[in-house]
Amino acid sequence: MDFWQNDFWIILSGSLVAMSCGLLGCFLVLRKMAMVGDAISHSVLPGIVIAFFISGSLSSWTVMIGATTLGILTTFIIEFLQKRGGVQADAAIGLTFTFLFAVGVILIAANSGNLHIDQDCVLHGEIAYIPLDTGTVIQGIEIPRQPMILGVLFLAVVSFLLIGYRGLFLTTFDPEYSDAIGMQTSVWHYLLMAAVSLATVVSFESVGAILVVAFLIVPAATAYLVTDHLPSMLILSCVFGVLASASGYYLAVFLDGSIAGAISTMMGVFFFLVFFFAPRYGFIARRMAGS
Amino acid sequence: MVIGTILIGASSSIVGCFTVLRKRSLIGDAIAHSVLPGVCLAFMLGGTKDPLMLLGGAFISGWLSIIAIDLVVSNTRIKTDAALGIILSVFFGLGILLLTHIQKSGNASQSGLDSFLFGKAASIVGDDLIIFGAVAVLLIVSVYLFFKEFTLISFDPNYAKSIGLRVNSYQLLLSSLTVLAVTVGIQAVGVVLMAALLITPAVAARFWTDKLSYMIAIAAGIGALASVSGAFISYAAPRMPTGPWIIVVLTILAILSMFFAPGRGFWSKWRSQHFTEQRIFQENILKLLYQLEEGDGRQDAERSLSEMLERRDWKKEKLSTGLNQLEDDCMVTGDDELWRLSAEGRREGKRIVRLHRLWELYLTQVMKVAPDHVHETAEVMEHLISPQLEKRLLRDLNHPDRDPHGSPIPYDRS
Repeated sequence: MDFWQNDFWIILSGSLVAMSCGLLGCFLVLRKMAMVGDAISHSVLPGIVIAFFISGSLSSWTVMIGATTLGILTTFIIEFLQKRGGVQADAAIGLTFTFLFAVGVILIAANSGNLHIDQDCVLHGEIAYIPLDTGTVIQGIEIPRQPMILGVLFLAVVSFLLIGYRGLFLTTFDPEYSDAIGMQTSVWHYLLMAAVSLATVVSFESVGAILVVAFLIVPAATAYLVTDHLPSMLILSCVFGVLASASGYYLAVFLDGSIAGAISTMMGVFFFLVFFFAPRYGFIARRMAGS
Repeated sequence: MVIGTILIGASSSIVGCFTVLRKRSLIGDAIAHSVLPGVCLAFMLGGTKDPLMLLGGAFISGWLSIIAIDLVVSNTRIKTDAALGIILSVFFGLGILLLTHIQKSGNASQSGLDSFLFGKAASIVGDDLIIFGAVAVLLIVSVYLFFKEFTLISFDPNYAKSIGLRVNSYQLLLSSLTVLAVTVGIQAVGVVLMAALLITPAVAARFWTDKLSYMIAIAAGIGALASVSGAFISYAAPRMPTGPWIIVVLTILAILSMFFAPGRGFWSKWRSQHFTEQRIFQENILKLLYQLEEGDGRQDAERSLSEMLERRDWKKEKLSTGLNQLEDDCMVTGDDELWRLSAEGRREGKRIVRLHRLWELYLTQVMKVAPDHVHETAEVMEHLISPQLEKRLLRDLNHPDRDPHGSPIPYDRS
């Protein structure tokens, strides 16, 4: 298959996941909720399995509702453990997501006759099969199903950010002020967590549960090392995400390995490069400035 | 096989207590994800599934991740949570890349390498078991030997430094033990769930005790119990994976601890709260009866429920129940409708009234609060003032006769 029939769709899908997750991830990094994002990406698993069992497909509305519910439930449970149980924040996170993920794996195993989610797929998805699963034909071009769905996800995330920019911005950088002007800080918190859950589940089929974390956090953190300006950070995280998707794909082809794993690795490489060479906040720059 | 599982579960729980106490719970998660590339590289370099090689690779990879996290946090403005997420996901992504590469390369001895991901405690046998068991024992012994030092650097590293303890060395040792615990624990429960083996037993044990040594022992017990249960479930229902069941049992034990541990558990707190509310209500009944006696000067009069309910906005059933409980304590006498204070009850009612009026006086005289603002606070404080505090109030206020509203302050004839 030539580039446009195969490689292009895979790289596009990877890029769409990376951009959707990267945009949301910027807020996770800025709000110091990176590990909560990690937790949610794991704990939506039982929701996905149950919904998949009900609806029979990994891309149905049921699955999205199931996952989003579980994502918000996770946030509630973590808060409950912290506030009422007196459990410290990081322990509460660890306890919650491991339990929910374990339940998810058990559900898969218990129904392994009926479900064809296999354990490896849970971990890293299988983005390579995307071009084979064709969906619609637009203007004579066959568009596979996954990139269409991921495209919708991306548009949804962008819309969410455009509409809610002020709310997200204020509750991220000045929660006291936003409380003072009557903006519901906790509502924005739950909205963000719901968006992360949604992005996780939609990306699940392409990149699996665990690697979604890389897509959420690494490009955003990389951008954070370069700029102070939120809009720039958002755009840069997309740029890094796309670069990693493209280079990661070719790395995976070269090694004949998991594409999602390769993309995550490349995200790490870019982070590493920026870590050293970033103009103001990079390692070398700071050493030279004598800080 | 069972002993191996117990050792793994117990040793991870013990080391996990320190991780949780140092507020580094999720670093266990990061380390667990980060050992994968090390394992794969060790396999690729060595060509065999020699457990010592794989363990070595895992150890190096795990240690590298700790170093990387510290590097990122100390040299950039990226905070710990994001650093954990970055290292965790990038290392793991690299690991998955290598693992899938190995799987596709068709090397026959690589099957089962992916048991690192989900754990297969049920299939740890023979030499593997001996090595992992030995490591687990090493962990337990190390914690026992260096317990004091580890405690000190966990709770008060600055003090430890000031008394000349080599804090950095011990932190290094503790981190190494954590990495070792993770590399061994992954065999049982896999990468994703490893964090739970470190965190959940410690959280559960914390509900039972304040003392670190007890907490560690309880955590070890919980970890061992859960490991055995998980292994048993997996044995009884072969389709069931061991690791997730261990975690489920662990979490259930933690939830039960959260609810039912004496003292710190929810149930215990609810009960004591309930008893306190009950006591306060009973004292309010005695106070009411005393005030009725004050009103008409008659100690022998029997008071009816309706008389009492005229003066207070209480539910009839609640008042009845309260009166019956007071009768059990010999504070009042009566039948269903008519009630009187006993001598004991009168003394108690008098005390509450006295404390109420003393507190009102204190607020107006010493704290200069306006007289019409003191009643509500006194309604609460009358139930909380101890005999010692009462003595001080009497002294500071000079054994007063009257409260700010002119009512007499009743004393016991002694």
